Amino acid sequence: MSDRIKEKLNILADAAKYDVSCSSSGSNRKNKDKGLGNASNGICHAYTEDGRCVSLLKILLTNFCIYDCAYCVSRKSNDIKRAAFTVQEVVDLTINFYRRNYIEGLFLSSGIFTNADYTMERLVQVAKKLRLEHNFNGYIHLKAIPGASEELMKEAGKWADRLSINVEMPTEKSLALLAPDKKREDMIKPMQYLKQEILANKEEKKIFKKAPSFAPAGQSTQMVIGATPETDLEILYMANGFYKTMNMRRVYYSGYVPISNDNRLPAIGTPVPMIRENRLYQADWLMRFYGFKVNEIVDKQNPLLDIDIDPKLGWALRNMNLFPMDINTIDYQLLMRVPGIGIQSANKITAARKFSRMTWEHLKKIGISMNRAKYFIHTDSEFEKKDLQPLQIKQIIMQEGNSKYKPNFSSQLKMF
Amino acid sequence: MNIVIYDGSFEGLMTAVFEIYEYKIVQPNIVNSNKETGSLFGKVHEVHTNKDKTARVFKKLKDKLTPNAFSNLYKTFLSETREIENLLYRYIAYILSSNASVENDYSNPDVLALQQLSRKVHREKHRMEAFVRFQLTQDQLYFCLIQPDYNVLSLISKHFEKRYADQRWLIYDSRRKYGLYYDLKRVEEVSMRFENDFNDKAALKTICDEKEELYQKLWCIYFGSVNIAARKNMKLHIQHMPKRYWRYLTEKNNIN
Ligand code: SF4
Repeated sequence: MSDRIKEKLNILADAAKYDVSCSSSGSNRKNKDKGLGNASNGICHAYTEDGRCVSLLKILLTNFCIYDCAYCVSRKSNDIKRAAFTVQEVVDLTINFYRRNYIEGLFLSSGIFTNADYTMERLVQVAKKLRLEHNFNGYIHLKAIPGASEELMKEAGKWADRLSINVEMPTEKSLALLAPDKKREDMIKPMQYLKQEILANKEEKKIFKKAPSFAPAGQSTQMVIGATPETDLEILYMANGFYKTMNMRRVYYSGYVPISNDNRLPAIGTPVPMIRENRLYQADWLMRFYGFKVNEIVDKQNPLLDIDIDPKLGWALRNMNLFPMDINTIDYQLLMRVPGIGIQSANKITAARKFSRMTWEHLKKIGISMNRAKYFIHTDSEFEKKDLQPLQIKQIIMQEGNSKYKPNFSSQLKMF
Repeated sequence: MNIVIYDGSFEGLMTAVFEIYEYKIVQPNIVNSNKETGSLFGKVHEVHTNKDKTARVFKKLKDKLTPNAFSNLYKTFLSETREIENLLYRYIAYILSSNASVENDYSNPDVLALQQLSRKVHREKHRMEAFVRFQLTQDQLYFCLIQPDYNVLSLISKHFEKRYADQRWLIYDSRRKYGLYYDLKRVEEVSMRFENDFNDKAALKTICDEKEELYQKLWCIYFGSVNIAARKNMKLHIQHMPKRYWRYLTEKNNIN
């Protein structure tokens, strides 16, 4: 019996790993009546050898699937080992992992067996059992199965902290090409439904503090990038749309890992577009936390993010007319936009300059990355005076920089 | 130099600060009596930890500092780094000497150093909240050994108490030789002697619950299967999980 469960876990964790979301934050579920767990701070308990955070037990209930999406390992036509957990097995695994402090909670997804409602119902059962029978207050993220009924969505939101429906592909055209069984509409409609329920619940909670929560950590989505020819412009505009119109908490970008010889897709052995994925996340951060508008990051003239440098530096180099800025006077919003200065350093600088005029020595001590910032700021007496063109600055910074992603990237390139 | 000796506790240090003012000790060099310090030259003043004096220093500081900056004092103290007492004293003296609020004056080296150290301690607290791996014993105690860089047990206590409210647990700092024990009612500080080395597989088996090995195995399987080989990036992996922590991490001591 224990061997079988090991095998199932092996298969069903393996099949779930391509969903990159692992966030367990954004909920504020408290421990109730001295029960088990809480979901307040989103801890990464481990990191995989590819450097990603392991925070949740991320598994599929089953990898049997009636659909045949080309980019997915679980697709019907793929000749792989199949397995299915029982509801109780998932509950036991979650509780026992949680009690040992391995995880923050559960992220449960599934291939579609029989039909959408049948699948969704099983997912909901797991969550309900955890909450009601085990007084489990840890984090639960459920995948909402496209096409499942609204009653089931509603039930799911009652027990889960977060729900997500993956759009999978950045455009409808790509979806039609690679996942002919799926309709964009089947994804967008439940998203809209969730958005309304989540907002309505927030309003309700303002009036009745004790009102039961509905997916308190909101909804998120994911798209696969690099499997299809969309530009970063298309991808980021789509993400921006989700943030604006769907109230998404997060949009995830999953660099396509080649798993199929299907000629609609990049061949097996093609490197995973990790740098591009990283640049997209950086761009996403700039939109969510740094006050950048999407059209400041990509536009018709620059539909692709620069792979060599981060998008903030890219923006600065395209806008050299705004620089150099006076570090002692520029306002906070602009300070954050200076390459080499992050939110924390910007906070420190604004606090510290109330006491004394900043010098380069101060800035270094505060921990800003001077080899970038020096081209864009000046103090009372200091400025990198050389008259450099944007392209030259880019080259110097690239030579000095050692990106976490570089070594990996170049070793991958060497294979070809 | 005037040497001020205290007992190594935070309260003791606060008493020392009080007495430096009280006795107008100039150029103090505060020294922990539990630490090897070599030969000391100069006049020696010995501090006896005093609740009242501590409270008075706290009160004064609370008037001048935001709650966050105030709690950073204690966090920094837990770093146990060399000369930490003198850094804290200089910081406090600077805070008390200025009329305006100067806790954010990062152009002052002590203010900056304190901020940076307290962040390191804070990060270690988070690491321990993440890296604790409980093992279940036959008498249903979840226990775990840790060796944090800084003395952070007191900082993680609340977190574990809130989270694991319905199970008995013990987290033991095997370097500093004391731990936290939760008995379903409250958390207590305990010190004890272990006869077994808990990294010894055979010894462990004798005390663990029969299901323990299975769940450790399952966790290792999980850890292995979520990895995407095509994305391997050991540099990033080690940056997040530095090697010195591996010793007590179940998934890094695969019991295959
Ligand atoms: S429906 Fe989901 S699990 Fe099934 S093939 Fe498509 S992406 Fe894979």
